[in-house]
Amino acid sequence: MAHGPRIVHLDQLVIRPGSGWARLPLIAGAVGFVFTIVSIVLARSSPESTKQFFHSWLVAVVFFLCIGLGCLFFVLIHHATKAGWGVVVRRLAENLACTVPVLAVLFIPVVALGMYDLFHWTHADAVAHDRLLQVKEPWLNETGFWIRTVIYFVVWSGLALYFRNASRRQDDSGDEALSRRMARFSPVAVAVFAVTLTFAGFDWLMSLEPHWYSTMFGVYFFAGTVVSAFAALTVLTLAFERSGHFRGVVTGEHFHDLGKLLFAFTVFWAYIAFSQFFLIWYANIPEETNWFLSRLHGTDHNPANWRAATMLLAIGHFAVPFFFLMPRTIKRNRTLLLIGALWMLAMHLWDVFWLVMPNLHREMTFSLLDLTSLLGVGGVFLATAGWLLSRGSLVPSRDPRLVESLAFENI
Amino acid sequence: MGLMTLDVPEASAGYSHYGVLARFETAKALYRACEAVRDAGYSKWDALTPFPVHGLEKAMGLKPSKLPFLVLATGLSGAGLGFALQSWVHIQGYPLIISGKPLFTWPAFVPVTFELGVLGAALGAVLGMFAFNKLPTYHHPLFRSKNFTRVTDDGLFIAIEAWDPKYDDRDTAEFLSGLGAVEVEHVPIDDPADDSDGGGAA
Repeated sequence: MAHGPRIVHLDQLVIRPGSGWARLPLIAGAVGFVFTIVSIVLARSSPESTKQFFHSWLVAVVFFLCIGLGCLFFVLIHHATKAGWGVVVRRLAENLACTVPVLAVLFIPVVALGMYDLFHWTHADAVAHDRLLQVKEPWLNETGFWIRTVIYFVVWSGLALYFRNASRRQDDSGDEALSRRMARFSPVAVAVFAVTLTFAGFDWLMSLEPHWYSTMFGVYFFAGTVVSAFAALTVLTLAFERSGHFRGVVTGEHFHDLGKLLFAFTVFWAYIAFSQFFLIWYANIPEETNWFLSRLHGTDHNPANWRAATMLLAIGHFAVPFFFLMPRTIKRNRTLLLIGALWMLAMHLWDVFWLVMPNLHREMTFSLLDLTSLLGVGGVFLATAGWLLSRGSLVPSRDPRLVESLAFENI
Repeated sequence: MGLMTLDVPEASAGYSHYGVLARFETAKALYRACEAVRDAGYSKWDALTPFPVHGLEKAMGLKPSKLPFLVLATGLSGAGLGFALQSWVHIQGYPLIISGKPLFTWPAFVPVTFELGVLGAALGAVLGMFAFNKLPTYHHPLFRSKNFTRVTDDGLFIAIEAWDPKYDDRDTAEFLSGLGAVEVEHVPIDDPADDSDGGGAA
């Protein structure tokens, strides 16, 4: 009500050939291709590098997969709650979610080759002398792992493609029945998503240390996933506003809400992370504490090593953003919100690194392969996202709640 | 306590009228009128509606609430108090070794610290909201107006108080009529004849 009607032309909402966005798939794809080759070449230089490569690649793929899966979660929740405010940013999430099938192609062959280097429970000789691993064998065996992994990717890809396609069909037809159908289907999809994400976290990250288990790990993985997705969504929305596509479409009100969700899930992550640590620390049972011991007490040679990484996570992933993202003025300020979102993306990367790497290095070590893998996977991820974004309108242009979203104001 | 003495605002001393009350038909008309009243420079006035009108605080030119700062302060105080209490109990007051852990084991203090932080913030939010809204107020001069009963049904009102520096009995009423008010009336501060139906003014 405060402003007159805003006029947004539909042709503002597409990526035009020749613009920077149109060149993104090519540039990012080239970067991704080159650094994937570099990573493979580096990986072949020695057995240690091969092992390092598999771990670095796992970190990179899981990091970008989290962004895609968190965006899928945003789309599902959006439909399940019939939300109005976020329609203008929903298409971005729909597109980012559709990077999951491409990331599956990056995930499956590499992890298949690296099974022996990544997962201790694949060592038959170790299992033969390990009662605990024998007990866990009905779950932790290679056949089961691959059946489940394929199911996860098929389910996620199917959901991501279904919601993107239905939403894009509505751009052409304006059929409101599509919105109702998506709203009716999404609660089921949320349940399926929750189960698959939980067990993917168990299979790919928790089983890196097969003696350890935490029933909370799935929720922990989920919390970090959603944080990274809201951070990525915020950065992308800001970028499209700066390039003019979202001028008059996205307002400070939308950024305020994205910031609120980023803040909320940062706090949720901390709540879950501490709860997981707290119960294990308090009960003090050896098969549970070893995972935290390797992250809180380095080696005799360098006792402060992984501990510093853990402290950085506690401070950087919670304490600092808790106070930084709390004030209303910061969430409504483009520059400061961008800093907050980029910071949370970096912290989520650190989180995944912290989950995976103590499995390989008893002392925290960085490798060139960490960087090349990140650029390789990141390039492919950005190329895919850029290609998907350029295929149609950047907002669901005939969604029945679009007008509500355009006029949205926080109370 | 001072909570029951807000019958009539103190500033009203010496005034025969509380001010002018104007009723508007639609939220849109009210919104436009609020912008005009704000731009005319009035400072002692309020808009009264049966439902929230989005963006009205901007049309009225209200400053952001101070409540969040109070909530932050009471929340941090609650958390700090909770942590300090547990630290004192476990180190000084009643030192007990529990499951072989040191006396000062901060992770064990976190749940209570968190809960007391939430409690402090919640109490600060509710009580602060009451205090900033001057609640509870048991009577208000506007209740003298028969029209004003519609504020809980379909009536959208603007009330400009007589002690506003820009207030003038006739001009302000005409100003509000000009903004599209369908009913404009002067509200008395005290009507002895009306004493029977509450209000409590002697």
